[in-house]
Amino acid sequence: MFSRGLKPLSIASVVLVVGAFALVFFYAPNDADQGFIQKIFYLHVPLAIVALCGFVAGGVWGIRYLRDGDRAHDLRSYVAIHLALIFGVATLVTGSIWAKASWGHWWLWDEPTLVSFLIVFLLYACYTPLRFSIEDPEKQARTASVFAITAGAFVPLNFLAVRMAESLAHPRVLSETGGSMPGDMRLTFIVALAGIAVLFVTLCKYELTSKQASMQLRALKRRLADDEDAAWTPTRRSAAPQQL
Amino acid sequence: MIAALLAATPALPLDDAGPYVAAAYLVFLALILIYVAIMASKLVRIARELGELTEIVDRRDRDELEAGAEEAVPR
Repeated sequence: MFSRGLKPLSIASVVLVVGAFALVFFYAPNDADQGFIQKIFYLHVPLAIVALCGFVAGGVWGIRYLRDGDRAHDLRSYVAIHLALIFGVATLVTGSIWAKASWGHWWLWDEPTLVSFLIVFLLYACYTPLRFSIEDPEKQARTASVFAITAGAFVPLNFLAVRMAESLAHPRVLSETGGSMPGDMRLTFIVALAGIAVLFVTLCKYELTSKQASMQLRALKRRLADDEDAAWTPTRRSAAPQQL
Repeated sequence: MIAALLAATPALPLDDAGPYVAAAYLVFLALILIYVAIMASKLVRIARELGELTEIVDRRDRDELEAGAEEAVPR
């Protein structure tokens, strides 16, 4: 069910990410203002955009789960948020490195873009413990979906609020003028964004396929154990959905 | 080819910016590698469980074979 298209997606991820990094270091010119340090931009910004889109996607799958009651949607929601959190960690770390090199500080608490991303990240950091705290799978899926939808709606609102706030140091990339990027920089950025987005989708599919295989194996084991009239080991408590 | 690539490369600065850029890209690479390692450990678990299931099925086949052989022996 989830493994369809995994091979071409994996190849596309490798080609796009390697191509993007090649463009970053061999094609895109050094920034006139920041110089070589600006190369972090091609990694940091796509990671942030894809992480935020992953959080919103988790909310969309949450809506679909509440509408259909299909456990596959709950699993998709869980995996999207889980991976978006990992991409969020990468965003925060690469952003901090860039901040230290550019501004001389690892973090600026009075910068709305930084703090708002941290708030969104910390909000989603509660998602996994929330799931783990609920034992009943039905209730777990329902509560997690409601959380994913509410938090997912918060992401674009938060984005808009940050756009309206006055930025002190953090530059605006997605502006009407396209961040005033020249063509070669813009092309590199678009390829990098596509690479990170396809990588995200590929990793989602890997995890979904792996979880589905585990579930099928567990179900088969249970069936065989029942057939043999032997005691089978119950599934251990987990934040991840345990059955489809 | 590498020489041609290096010739086309904007001069890689070995000043203060280089280590920071390298660190940012290495963090990304490390996270991806950690993720792949976790996925690999899950794959190992799936393979082990598959082995257990194969063992159960083999044992069951053996038992059925033995039971069939005992029934076939004339008394």
